[in-house]
Amino acid sequence: MEDFTPISASIGGALIGLSAVLLMAFHGRIAGISGLFSGTVFAAKGDRSWRVFFVLGLVAAPLVYWLAAAEKPAFDLEAGWPLIIAGGLLVGFGTRLGSGCTSGHGVCGLSRLSPRSMVSVVLFMAAGMATVALLKPPIGA
Amino acid sequence: MARNLMALLAGLTFGLGLVISQMVNPAKVIAFLDLFGNWDPSLAFVMGAALIVTAIGYRFVWLRPRPVLAESFQVPGNRKVDAKLATGAVLFGIGWGLVGLCPGPAIAALTIGGVPALGFLAAMAAGMLAFEVFDRRAAKPA
Repeated sequence: MEDFTPISASIGGALIGLSAVLLMAFHGRIAGISGLFSGTVFAAKGDRSWRVFFVLGLVAAPLVYWLAAAEKPAFDLEAGWPLIIAGGLLVGFGTRLGSGCTSGHGVCGLSRLSPRSMVSVVLFMAAGMATVALLKPPIGA
Repeated sequence: MARNLMALLAGLTFGLGLVISQMVNPAKVIAFLDLFGNWDPSLAFVMGAALIVTAIGYRFVWLRPRPVLAESFQVPGNRKVDAKLATGAVLFGIGWGLVGLCPGPAIAALTIGGVPALGFLAAMAAGMLAFEVFDRRAAKPA
């Protein structure tokens, strides 16, 4: 258990929750990023522009942090290109087929006790943990 | 205009949450998923804090008859667990474990993750496009 950061994790999580509450209060929408992002192209006309602006805010956030904190946010990606492409395809297809991801099911869905979201979260967490366990050589090997 | 500006603010808030919690960093996410290895439970705190704020906030928001800038609240009413939901969640989980990026961080990482982050986002968009094609075919009567 190195690098355990419960305080920054909780502050960040609270901001994610605040964003979800803002989007519900002002737009009446769930802050589910996979559906929100996909809808920038595939949603009905007239239901796209707010999505584009949300995505722009998301993209700008690391730069805003970088400027304010004078420190580039850490980004360490170990996976090579075959895994990056396979992972991206699976995440894109899977989140749409399963109607949501970490935000839509994990935060918004669980907070309103949706049975679909509970099943989704258990399954994607288990699948993610199993994948990491299979990819990583066992400790001591 | 107000709708777009508020969406921009919500997106920025979400993104700052991802950066501050380090969920935008694939190595941090992999460490959380590495339950049987060198486990870092930090991201459980991200989810926990987000859940508490959202669960309480939603209750207050839903006391209003309608959203500030929209006609009605659009909350999914479907409560039936089906094979599509389960299959999608498992496929997503595998992809998440392979790289350590889910959709929110994948988008936010565009400005800090260089070419690999861009490649992941492009593959994710392609996966979403593939779903739209698959879904429209499945919906068409034979």
